[in-house]
Amino acid sequence: MSLLTDKKLLMGNEAIALGAMEAGVQVVTGYPGTPSTEALETIARYANRCGIYTEWSSNEKVALETAAGAAYSGAKALVTMKQVGLNVASDPLMSLSYIGVKGALVLLVADDPGPHSSQTEQDTRAFGHFANIPVLDPATPQEAYELTKLAFELSHEFEIPIILRTTTRVSHSCGDVVVEAAEPVPVEAIEEGFVKDRRWTIFPKLTAERHPWLESVQEKLSERFSELSFNSVAGSGKIGIIASGVSALYVKEAIEAVRGFEELFTLFRVGTVYPFPEKAALSFLKGIDRLLVAEELDPYLEEQALQLIGKAHLPVDVYGKKNGFFPVSGEYNVDIVIDSLNRALAAYGESLRLSHASPAVSREKLPPLPIRAPALCAGCMHRAVFYAFKQAAKQLKKESQTDTIFSGDIGCYTLGNAYPLNMVDTCLCMGAGISLAGGLYHTNPKTKQVAFIGDSTFFHSGIPAVINAVYNGANITLAVLDNRTTAMTGHQPHPGVGITALGNVSKAIDIADVVRSCGVEYVKIVNTVDPDSLESCIKAAKEAMNFNGPSVLVFKGKCVGITKPDKYYKINPEACTGCGFCIKELGCPVINLDGDKPVIQDNCSGCGLCAQICPSEAICIGGVKL
Amino acid sequence: MKYDILIVGVGGQGVVLASRLLALAAMKAGFHVSTAETIGMSQREGSVSSHIRIGDKVSGSLIPIGQADLLLGLEPAETVRNLPFLKEGGKVLVNTHAIPPASRPPGSPEYDPAALLSFLRAYYPDILCSDFTELADKVGTYRAANVAMLGAAAGARVLPFQEEILKAVLDAEIPEKYRAVNDAAFERARKCIRSVSGT
Repeated sequence: MSLLTDKKLLMGNEAIALGAMEAGVQVVTGYPGTPSTEALETIARYANRCGIYTEWSSNEKVALETAAGAAYSGAKALVTMKQVGLNVASDPLMSLSYIGVKGALVLLVADDPGPHSSQTEQDTRAFGHFANIPVLDPATPQEAYELTKLAFELSHEFEIPIILRTTTRVSHSCGDVVVEAAEPVPVEAIEEGFVKDRRWTIFPKLTAERHPWLESVQEKLSERFSELSFNSVAGSGKIGIIASGVSALYVKEAIEAVRGFEELFTLFRVGTVYPFPEKAALSFLKGIDRLLVAEELDPYLEEQALQLIGKAHLPVDVYGKKNGFFPVSGEYNVDIVIDSLNRALAAYGESLRLSHASPAVSREKLPPLPIRAPALCAGCMHRAVFYAFKQAAKQLKKESQTDTIFSGDIGCYTLGNAYPLNMVDTCLCMGAGISLAGGLYHTNPKTKQVAFIGDSTFFHSGIPAVINAVYNGANITLAVLDNRTTAMTGHQPHPGVGITALGNVSKAIDIADVVRSCGVEYVKIVNTVDPDSLESCIKAAKEAMNFNGPSVLVFKGKCVGITKPDKYYKINPEACTGCGFCIKELGCPVINLDGDKPVIQDNCSGCGLCAQICPSEAICIGGVKL
Repeated sequence: MKYDILIVGVGGQGVVLASRLLALAAMKAGFHVSTAETIGMSQREGSVSSHIRIGDKVSGSLIPIGQADLLLGLEPAETVRNLPFLKEGGKVLVNTHAIPPASRPPGSPEYDPAALLSFLRAYYPDILCSDFTELADKVGTYRAANVAMLGAAAGARVLPFQEEILKAVLDAEIPEKYRAVNDAAFERARKCIRSVSGT
């Protein structure tokens, strides 16, 4: 055991931030998205001191373009996003690979196998391949730190953007990391500046010229990658295993339990996944007679290996996702890897099996356990708005037999789909709720369309959809749930807040003004904070839904995550009839049944929605919190 | 040396902070450490777990099934849910204070904490348990239940490093205005577990 007290305990994202600052990053942009967010947040903490320009951009496309402009000027730039954010940024990225950069440009793209908090399980390694952008794939916070520095070096040297791809178990894992500089130091000023040149303007002619360059970079980088220790070979056995990212650690742990594993297995860990380090891979493949491929998400390494095996006419059988030995979806762990490796070992008659640890209690033996579905926070303003629209829709149905379709969006308000609110009928991607409502309107004339969007998402990709609804006559009602922050990812500011990533006061963009200028004639601001707000919310919802033409309601409240409650509510057991209406209607996490009557727990944040719906007026303000 | 700890609970209970304190102490004791945390949707009243792997070698951050040496459960149902991670003969330290789920969607089983605690005892007769939420509340705030459980783990001598190291980390990491109450929770739990386990 060695003393490691000079190390820092860092989350993967923090390690990336420190690596970037050590590499001299001068410009950082991004849009929050789990599990990528803490990288930019960490840099923001040092930005003033170190002279790093840092911004939360309005969306990922804007973030990448801003970073590209900085890199054109010779700056070292970092842009951060999650995997679905890369889709938003893909338009500039595909062209940027042809144009290339000066300075350096590194994209941190965090993938989410599982997925824990994402709409897709897409694999950014494949995106890099598609876009001809080199991809580095760390397994630990330490590697994330080191590969970040390498990414800046390579981007500068080859004049090409580089993707640092992480997964949840790297980004949100903490580990002991050896860092070179104990504290980030001020970065160099950007000296060169933008130099006018035809290379910055993409034209078909330029594209045709640049494409061969882009291809040649891949060859050069593949050669370079083959020399790097981030691609390592361990063991000398005939059973080869190839893995990248955190899967490589799962494999290591699975085979290390086998006596004499070094003579049985050869593990090839790939840290620089695209362009594939062919030379290193070939020398590994020549030493084995079976190849087992352990990788989360796409069969990316498997395809690279199959190609190489075919190209070099090697007699190696491959066991991976394509022939059903490894799962094609979901997050891996040691147990899944053991099962998959065992399936492959059995399939070619090898008698060796890797063993699982056996727990005293297996999953099957567990008694029934309560389900803890994610829910809107206690006192969340969204609950009141959803509930109001639910009531308004009920009244509309009663009065005119009109059904309402509710289109949700990405963010906290996706939780409006949870029981008992059940208020999300569609949810696709950021900003899509508004456009989907338009599509539903044009095809379901007898129904009313309501779309929900959050404030940050409105700025991210809601505005073009509003313009589209107005211009093409989609008769929809849009509810903007403005809680003054980007809540789901941890309270980052956005253009509506008027505070920048560094906490400086800036011009706040008014959502109501924006929609008015988009041509919406019916725009109303509704306050959700008043003690009797429910009634006014229902009234506003009904009126907007009855308006003939696109209508927008901006609901204003404050996220309970960033405000301190000044009061809390209690249920008077004398007055309470135990009807359970408060529980059945709202799904507020602090109201629970205690015996046959509901009680409100300590962490009530005092929104008072339950008091407004209680049929026996048994809920009242219980006092002022200290 | 390899020692795997799983801390589980419900969003808001301080699972992530507790795991950070343990990870820092492990580092201070000279080990490699890695943690895996659930962040995001789970903050909204969902189940939260944090894997802490301590040892001489770097490994993946997720503890395999049946390999955890210690399960720290801040809540009974979450403790039972994660029991398959614990190895045969592993240690369990559980907060008996139950947190019922926010809503009961159709099909969600009834929550019976007493039945779950006896289920735990049946498999792990030497289980260590107490109402750490109540204990923390008595010394100042129910929010310090997580730190109380660290104190209990230290008192029961089930951590792979000296309790002084953990105390030093606590002093360095917890902001001054909350330090006294957390210290008190830590101490009270450390002593109470010592008397319960007779060590």
